[in-house]
Amino acid sequence: MIEIGLGHYLTLGAVIFSIGIIGIFLNRKNIIVILMSIELILLAVNINLVSFSIYLGDLSGQVFTLFILTVAAAEAAIGLAIIVVYFRNSGTIRVEEIDKLKG
Amino acid sequence: MIAHAIFFYIFSIIAVISAIMVTVSKNTVHSVFFLILDFISISCLFIMIGAEFLGMIMLIVYVGAVAVLFLFVVMMLNVAQQKNQWFISKESSGHIPVGLVISVIIFFELIIVIGGWKYKPDLLNSTNLFIEKGVSNTHSLGQVLYTDYIHVFQISGMILLIAMIGAIVLTFRQREGVKKQSYLKQISRERAEGVEVLEVASNRGIKIDD
Repeated sequence: MIEIGLGHYLTLGAVIFSIGIIGIFLNRKNIIVILMSIELILLAVNINLVSFSIYLGDLSGQVFTLFILTVAAAEAAIGLAIIVVYFRNSGTIRVEEIDKLKG
Repeated sequence: MIAHAIFFYIFSIIAVISAIMVTVSKNTVHSVFFLILDFISISCLFIMIGAEFLGMIMLIVYVGAVAVLFLFVVMMLNVAQQKNQWFISKESSGHIPVGLVISVIIFFELIIVIGGWKYKPDLLNSTNLFIEKGVSNTHSLGQVLYTDYIHVFQISGMILLIAMIGAIVLTFRQREGVKKQSYLKQISRERAEGVEVLEVASNRGIKIDD
């Protein structure tokens, strides 16, 4: 308990990852919260990469975390732009009311 | 070591609680606030574990850009004023148990992987890029980022550029009925067509329409 090792960080990453997945599955409110859950999942992946990188003494994990950060920022920008366009066209972003594709 | 443990538990508990609050809070603006809190506590963990550069970059990129973008969109779309209840109808909440079960199974699979991974120690032999002692984190990242990973670095720059162009193209719209100054029209105006001499009939006036 006192000695914080790699397992603690990986467990934290697993917990946040699962919370993000629960957020995607259970959210019926609006799409923005789903995008935030995706950000949480990427955050959990970043935690795993950084903690492996530190505890194994290998720098490449941190380099890849940097690239994941870039891709996450791009994804958030594009996703929010799509949401803005959708809201402008249909007037709602509630998950339940988005049924144009009849899926 | 005890200080490390105490700080780890404080920051991770704050991170987990705020992650839960992101998904369950009814107001979307509150979700964004808890997302910011989550990012800040995780970046504190990164700084504490020894990845200072990534912690700071995470503060700048996530809290400074992404979360503010989220907040901006939430306030622009006015979703906070929308209907606040979680589910419109009863039947749409029927998939909650399945989603919960699958999420819990995913969590336990991850935990099992973390536990079982200790029994295979030869997985750990990765000697790709050593973290050198006595060199700061930013320095060592910069040494590999601009040499070994230069192509990936440039490609990520291209991704950001494409994302910027895509966001602008998606949200751009030509509005109708907005009067704008047209420089080309103004410059290409000639005297011959600018001035017109008309014969005005007496007592009838003239109608100039445009």
